[in-house]
Amino acid sequence: MSRSADGIYNFMGLKNYISDIYNGVKSLITGMKVTGHYITHPKEIITQQYPENRDTLKMFERFRGEVVLIHDENNQHKCTGCSACELACPNGSIEIISGKETDPETGKSTKIIDTFVYHLSMCTFCNLCILSCPTDAIKMAQDFEHSVFDRSKLTKVLNKPGSKIMPGVK
Amino acid sequence: MTEQELITNIETVPETQEYFINMGPQHPSTHGVLRLLLTLDGEIIKKIEPHLGYIHRSIEKMCEKDSYQQIVHLTDRMDYLSCHINNEAVCLCVEKGLQLEVPERVKVIRTIISELTRLSSHQLWWGVMGMDLGAITTFLYGFRDRELITDIFEETCGARLTMNYNVPGGVMFDIHPNFQKRTKDFITYFRKKLPEYDELLTGNVIFTERTKDIGYLSKDDAISFGVTGPSGRASGFACDVRKRFPYSAYDRVQFEEIVYTEGDCFARYKARIAEMWESMKIIEQLIDNIPEGEHKAKTKAVIKLPEGEYYQRVETARGELGVYIVSDNKKSPYRVKFRSPGFSNLSALDTMARGNKIADLVATMSTLDLVIPDIDR
Repeated sequence: MSRSADGIYNFMGLKNYISDIYNGVKSLITGMKVTGHYITHPKEIITQQYPENRDTLKMFERFRGEVVLIHDENNQHKCTGCSACELACPNGSIEIISGKETDPETGKSTKIIDTFVYHLSMCTFCNLCILSCPTDAIKMAQDFEHSVFDRSKLTKVLNKPGSKIMPGVK
Repeated sequence: MTEQELITNIETVPETQEYFINMGPQHPSTHGVLRLLLTLDGEIIKKIEPHLGYIHRSIEKMCEKDSYQQIVHLTDRMDYLSCHINNEAVCLCVEKGLQLEVPERVKVIRTIISELTRLSSHQLWWGVMGMDLGAITTFLYGFRDRELITDIFEETCGARLTMNYNVPGGVMFDIHPNFQKRTKDFITYFRKKLPEYDELLTGNVIFTERTKDIGYLSKDDAISFGVTGPSGRASGFACDVRKRFPYSAYDRVQFEEIVYTEGDCFARYKARIAEMWESMKIIEQLIDNIPEGEHKAKTKAVIKLPEGEYYQRVETARGELGVYIVSDNKKSPYRVKFRSPGFSNLSALDTMARGNKIADLVATMSTLDLVIPDIDR
């Protein structure tokens, strides 16, 4: 309620004042109604209980978690050691140390990989190495829990010990 | 003390002085490492001086040693909330240099995912805006709806935030078989949920009191500072790149350019909410009409742009992003410059917040929707 200078109460001001309070409280209740709806309808809440649901949690097939070298059941992979992924990588997270292998029958020496080093700590998961691989030897795995206590554990050797290149892959 | 001495003492009490205060780099409402040096008179802001450089990663310089395919993933890290649009800008610029015509399918896919990115960015902004002004409920609701979009991204692009789905010449993979169904489900869901946003925040008396007539920016100032995006359009500056200089598939869809003339925080808020409706309209027009074809045009393994300068602009969720590439016919560019929307929008903050109180500065910054890595690069 406002009073003008000559002492007459301004009743229009009073009306506005009350309607402001009414509209204000009404807007607050409208907002609270939305919140109240979710309190009374717990089925509409979509929270996932991680890590309790770890066993049932399945990532999408294209999800980029880490680079792995695909091995089959005979411990064979398709990597020829061409270093295309090493060149495609923007951060130098892939290092390929290649060796030579001599075929006992023909006597020809071919280039093979010795160690496929992958620095997970440098990887930005851009997928360029996978796209550049001519033989589809590497892929992105869905594992995303990478935290370790020691940084050196994030440098991985991707080819398994004793693994060999699949016959016929060039 | 005599009476006369007392009077002299009172008269020599120093006048009120201006003082300086640091807002940031760790202040939660700056959404990152932005440091504002405020000159204050009591609670009234006299001057704002933004100090940048806390998250400078020299992305432009790093681009000079990378190949054109490798540049794309760096732009994810600029404006991470509209990363797909940033990627698209670089790819469009490289395609312009190569004079490469991308398949129709690519154009439509890019447009749909760009609009989904814009939606997810605005949802996050809406949640964070509410939280800046003291309403934590909005934050949770905004993220609830954003989760569905990140699921779509995860299924089709392979990542939730830094998607890196574009490559020069097209997109990395074809869309996932579930993509269309999921997107349609999301649009049906979100059309029901967006009115809830209005109920929660738009009509709220506390919210409107804190945003109306706060942080005013006139049209002339918006143009002279280069404030683009929803922030510029809320001041009456019709600057939507999608309408003015259409790229990808924007020339074949019907949508309205949201322009408000009030220029205050509430207008910027309304502009973004209205843009969400428009984004949904664009997606609905395209989602059933994705043409068949290749998902990528054939490019050489080593891309070399012909000598010259190339410029491409796109509309991100924050405004106009420009990519300027100078090439000297090598496999990496000679110079890359990004005209980021955040930097220009931030430059107007001083004009907008001068004369307001500190608490209003939080609201003003919120409606500008600043992403600091975009400002600093």
